[in-house]
Amino acid sequence: MNPRCDTPSARARFLPWAPLLTLAIMLGPVAAGVLGTVAPAFGYMPALGGDGLTLNAFAMLFDWPGITRASTLSMTTGLAATALSLLLVALICAAWSGSRAFRIIERMLSPLLSVPHAAAAFGLAFLIAPSGWIARATSPWLTGWDRPPDLLILQDPYGMSLIAGLVVKEVPFLLLMTLAALSQIRTQQARDTALALGYSPVTAWLKAVFPRVYAQIRLPVFAVLAFSMTVVDVSLILGPTTPTTLSVQILKWMNDPDLSMRFLASAAAVWQLALVVAALLLWRLGEITIAALGRRWVASGARGGATRVVQTVSIAAATLSAGTIVFGIFGLLVWSFAGFWSFPDLLPGAFTLKTWMRHAMNLWPIVTETLIIASVATLIALLLTLACLEAEERYGLRPGSRALWLLYVPLIVPQIAFLTGLQTLAIFTGIDGNRMAVIAVHIIFVLPYVFLSLADPFRAWDARYGHVARALGAGCDGVLWRVRLPMLLRPILTAAAVGFAVSIGQYLPTLLAGAGRVQTLTTEAVALASGGDRRVISVYALSQTALALLPFAFALFIPAIVWRNRKGLRHA
Amino acid sequence: MPDPGLTLNSVVIRRDGRTLVDISDHVDPGEVLTVMGPSGSGKSTLLSYIIGSLDGGFEAKGLVLLNGTDITELAPEQRHVGILFQDELLFPHLSVGENLAFGLRASVKGRAARQDQINVALEDIGLAGFADRDPGTLSGGQKARVALMRMLLSDPKALLLDEPFSRLDTERRDQIRALVFDQARAKGLPVLLVTHDHADADAAGGRVHRLG
Repeated sequence: MNPRCDTPSARARFLPWAPLLTLAIMLGPVAAGVLGTVAPAFGYMPALGGDGLTLNAFAMLFDWPGITRASTLSMTTGLAATALSLLLVALICAAWSGSRAFRIIERMLSPLLSVPHAAAAFGLAFLIAPSGWIARATSPWLTGWDRPPDLLILQDPYGMSLIAGLVVKEVPFLLLMTLAALSQIRTQQARDTALALGYSPVTAWLKAVFPRVYAQIRLPVFAVLAFSMTVVDVSLILGPTTPTTLSVQILKWMNDPDLSMRFLASAAAVWQLALVVAALLLWRLGEITIAALGRRWVASGARGGATRVVQTVSIAAATLSAGTIVFGIFGLLVWSFAGFWSFPDLLPGAFTLKTWMRHAMNLWPIVTETLIIASVATLIALLLTLACLEAEERYGLRPGSRALWLLYVPLIVPQIAFLTGLQTLAIFTGIDGNRMAVIAVHIIFVLPYVFLSLADPFRAWDARYGHVARALGAGCDGVLWRVRLPMLLRPILTAAAVGFAVSIGQYLPTLLAGAGRVQTLTTEAVALASGGDRRVISVYALSQTALALLPFAFALFIPAIVWRNRKGLRHA
Repeated sequence: MPDPGLTLNSVVIRRDGRTLVDISDHVDPGEVLTVMGPSGSGKSTLLSYIIGSLDGGFEAKGLVLLNGTDITELAPEQRHVGILFQDELLFPHLSVGENLAFGLRASVKGRAARQDQINVALEDIGLAGFADRDPGTLSGGQKARVALMRMLLSDPKALLLDEPFSRLDTERRDQIRALVFDQARAKGLPVLLVTHDHADADAAGGRVHRLG
C-alpha cells in the first residue's frame, strides 16, 4: 500500500482510470483502424455494396504490375535504413561514449531530432539533386558540368536517396534512445572492467555493453523498421516514382475519386502490414544470428584493436549525417531568399524577400492551424501522461514490460495500415475532415513520445521529498502541485516540446483524418513537392522547422529563467 | 488520561517472509529512543511505517499511538509526525523562507504574521536575513538547520530522525545534534532516532533498541 490520499474530489475519482482511458484513446483508434482496413480488404464494406467475403481486392492487387517492385522496395529501404542507422549508432557509442566529442553529439541531438522528416528530406534533396549544392560546389572545375546533368540522383529507382533521407533522421532518434538506455544500466563499470582485462575500447563496448543496450532499445528499433518501410512523406520527396513505394501507391488509391478503389487500397494496406510483420520476423532472425556470432566472438577472447579506424569512420559518418540536416536546412534558408540563381553558381546572384512576402498571407492561417493542432494534441497528451504517472504512484501500479509494448503499438503498426481503415470508418460516420479528428489522430502519435520522454524523470524523482512534504502537512495533491511538478518543470517542458515536434511533423495522419481539408505546414510543404518550386517549398519547410524547434527553445530558456536563482534545479 | 508520548504497540514488519522489525516500546515526551542496527536491518523501514509512507512491498502490522491516539490508519499529513532524513531535502525550487513557509502550520494566518514567524525562526537558528536565499547555496550545516526548523514550524507531536547527522563533518555534527535534541526537549517531543553511529546514541543519552 502506498501512502493514502484523501482527496474526495472528482479528480480523485478520475485518476485511477487514467491509465485505462489513456490506453483507450491511444489504442482504440489503432484497433478500429486495423479492422476498418481488414474488412474492406476482404470485400466487406456495406456502404459500397460489399457485403460478402471475397479475395477480389487481393487478386487485383497482385495483378497490378508494380506489386513486386513496390513490395521489394518497401522491404529493402526499410531494412537497409534501419540496419545502417543502428550500425552507425552502435559505432558512435562504441568509439566515443564518455568522450568530449560524445557530449557535443549529445547536445546536438534534440535540435536534429526535432527537424521534421519532410523538411530534412527537402534539405537533402536540395543538396544532392543534379542542380543541388553538391553539384554546384564541384562544377565545373571537378565535374565539367556547366548545366545540371541529366542524372536520376533524386528519387532513384533503388530508393538510395530515400534510405539516406531516413538514416539521417533515424540516427538521432536511435542515439537518443541508446543514451536513455545507457543511463539506466551502469555501463561505465562494465566497460572499465573490460578495458582492465585488456580489451580495446571499441571491442570492450561492443562485447560488454552493447548486448544489454540492445535489449533496451529493441522496441525503438522495431519502430524505426516499421516506420522506414511505410513512410509516406519522405517517400513522396525522395522515393522512386515508377513505381513508387507501396505506401505511396496506397495513398494514391485512397485518393482515387472512384470509391471502389478503396477495396484495392485496403487490400494493399493489409499486404503492407503483412510485409512489416515479415520484416520484423526477418529482423528477429537476424538478431538471433548476430547474437550467436557475437557469443562466439566473445568466447574467442579477441581483444580487438582498430580503435582509431572505428573512431574515424564513425565520427565521419556522424558528421555526414548531422551535416546533411544542418546544411539541408541552411540550403532551404538560402533558397527561400534566393533571387535569380543560375547553375553552377554556389550562391544566388541576389537575395530577396519576395518569396516570403508573396506567401506570408497564405502562410499565416496555415501556421495558426498547425499551432492549434499541435498545442491541443500536446496539452491533452501531457495531461494524460501526468495523470497516468501520478496514478501509477498513488495506487502503486507497477507497469511491466507489456505496458511498454502497448506504448509502442502506434509506432510499430504502420500508419498507412490503420489510418486507411480509420478514414474509411470516418467517412461513413461523417466525423472526418475537421480539426478535432486531426487532433484526435495526432494524440495517438504524440502520446507515446510524451510518455517515453517524461516517464523516466518523473519516476526518478526522489520520493523522500514527497514524504517530507506530507509529514509537513501537505496532501497528495499538494505534493504534486507544490513540489513535484515545479521540480520537474524542465522535463515536463522538454516532453511537451517533443510532443509538439511530433505533431508538427505528422503528414499522413493530418492528410487522412483531415480528408485533405485541414491544412498544416507539413501537408502543404509535401503537396508542393511535385511542383518543384524550390523557393516556395523552402518557405514552407523552413516555417515547419521553425515551429518544431521553437518549443525546444522554450524548454531550454523557461526553466533557466524561472529557476535562475535555484542552483539545485539548474541541471535537473 | 491518554498516555502522552509515542507508543509502538507490537509493530512487526516483514519482507518476503523475513522479519525486519519487531518492536514494542514507548517514548515519553522529551525522551530520545535510539534504534541501532547495521544498514539493511530495517531501521528506516520502521520510520516509514510510523510516518505512513511504507512501500507496498512490505507486510506490516501493529499500532502506532501518538499521545494515546491511534494514528496507524491516518494519512501521512494528518499524523503530525515530523521526520529528518540524512539528506536535508530542502525543496530546491523554493527559497529558504518559502521552505519554512511550506512547513509553518496553516493556523498561522496573514502574510505579515507568517513572515514574522519565519524571520524569528531564522534568527533562532542563526540564519537571520536568509529568507530569500537559494537553498542550493547553503552549507551543509545551514541546510540541516533549515530542515530542522521547517519541521518544527509544522508543530509536530513527535520527531523521527533517520541518521540526520551522518553527512555532516565532525565539528558541525556535535553542534547540530545538540540543537536538535535541545529543541526537541524544549518542545517536549518524543524522539525516535535511528543510526548506526554509537556517538549519536551516546549524545542522545536515552535507551537503545537494537535491530538485526
